[in-house]
Amino acid sequence: MNLSASTQTTLTLFGGVFGVLVLASAIGALLKWRVAHGQPHPVIDNLNSRVNAWWVMVAVIGLAFAFGKGGVIVLFYLISFYALREFMSLAYTRRGDHHAIAVAFFIALPVQYFLIWIDWYGLYAIFIPVYAFLVLPILAAVGGDTQRFLERTSKIQWGLMVCVFCISHVPALLTLQIPGFEGRNLLLIAFLVIVVQGSDVLQYVWGKLFGRHKVAPELSPSKTWEGLIGGVASATALGAALSWATPFTPWQAALMALTICLMGFFGGLVMSAIKRDRGVKDWGTMIEGHGGMLDRLDSVVFAAPVFFHALRYWWTP
Amino acid sequence: MNPSPRSGLRKAAAVVSSWLIVGAAKLLTGVRGLWSGTGPKAEQTLYFANHTSHGDFVLLWATLPPDLRALTRPVAGQDYWEASALRRFIGEDVFNALMIRRDGGTAAGAPNPVEQMTQALQSGDSLIMFPEGTRNTGDETLLPLKSGLFHLARACPNVRLVPVWIENLKRVLPKGMLVPIPLACTVRYGAPLVLAEGEDKTAFIARARAAMLALRPEYDKAED
Repeated sequence: MNLSASTQTTLTLFGGVFGVLVLASAIGALLKWRVAHGQPHPVIDNLNSRVNAWWVMVAVIGLAFAFGKGGVIVLFYLISFYALREFMSLAYTRRGDHHAIAVAFFIALPVQYFLIWIDWYGLYAIFIPVYAFLVLPILAAVGGDTQRFLERTSKIQWGLMVCVFCISHVPALLTLQIPGFEGRNLLLIAFLVIVVQGSDVLQYVWGKLFGRHKVAPELSPSKTWEGLIGGVASATALGAALSWATPFTPWQAALMALTICLMGFFGGLVMSAIKRDRGVKDWGTMIEGHGGMLDRLDSVVFAAPVFFHALRYWWTP
Repeated sequence: MNPSPRSGLRKAAAVVSSWLIVGAAKLLTGVRGLWSGTGPKAEQTLYFANHTSHGDFVLLWATLPPDLRALTRPVAGQDYWEASALRRFIGEDVFNALMIRRDGGTAAGAPNPVEQMTQALQSGDSLIMFPEGTRNTGDETLLPLKSGLFHLARACPNVRLVPVWIENLKRVLPKGMLVPIPLACTVRYGAPLVLAEGEDKTAFIARARAAMLALRPEYDKAED
């Protein structure tokens, strides 16, 4: 009974997302026809390729959900891998870092996801921040190259923190035992992803329609106060409206949504600062119209661990 | 020559190997080709690129459109690519490499590399060559270019000379390391270079070198 109820709720959520995407595609086609008159138009074309990429991303997430826990863990393992590749490709490293980077890719990344698979909370919560953070600088030091050592070490550590540790907290939501919510944890992932990505999309829409005053012109020229306030407020309302699919009451859902939207916003700001520091606009070219994997995920990265621990502290016995 | 069943088998193995090598290179390095100032064209082309690893020409080859790959031969060092049966298979059968001697043909009767390349270009092949003449294994961004590029430009004025910058492969597998790390690589193609009338060797080589260095991404240049 529980299972079929949760499947039904998941399908309803996907149905809603599907409807929004149909609407977005229709608006994009209408803009292309009425405003751009079928001619190339940078903003409208970018909007349309973003919407198209969303179709693909929703399909991929849907496929992973269909396979349950294993599918979600494999999906986020791959997401972490591509995110880490984008991060390390941009970071300044030297020959002496080779072993440390190899360990990050081939040991730290699989071990973290394996620990989530076997649900060993006590170790996956500290594996990267304690053991990887101590072993990586040891490997770099053994490499013998001291030039810009602290900077190089911190870059590899940060890459693991952001791309593996933080992202792995999305599938880790499946391991939480919330009384009365058993067997429905996929909905927690759906809630997190819909609210955080919805906040990104709504900030984009509000910003494009009403944006005047820039929040951080140095970091992210496209972020405006109008977009931020409108986007976060409407995504918080969206979160409250989704409370029926979660273990939260409406006001709890709104507070959760507000928290993860703000973490997501500041996460985007931090990741932009790293990109500006490296002199690039996007992390990669993997997702048409969005940039790289990290460009799409920067807000999830910062929201996921906070959402996970808030749930774990207040909702699990 | 009669095509024996054995040589047919070898050819099939070469085609399959080329798919596998290109597929593995793409999976491992996430390589993408970026063209600026020109696009991939079915015209005879000499690609000249920086050289930091034995995998360089595989990356360049993997980012070419499949129909151009068949027309494009890498120029490779004989001493390395003929050192074992497997390397010979990859070098000759899979990539149809033009084998040259890197000791400058000091041995009596050895063919001159520039002449070999000129002949290949005159017979209609496109080539991938590394004008540094050797693999750059140190911290230097780009070694001084050998004069071969200038002689080729003069001998074959109709060939498009496309500068290429291969980014990051040195970081994927530095010399002496066993495990490659999966960083994303980029192959950047620039606008073709034309030898100006009366331009001398030094000036042309300097221009070619500047064209290669200009293709580096911003964040690499910032570290000079």
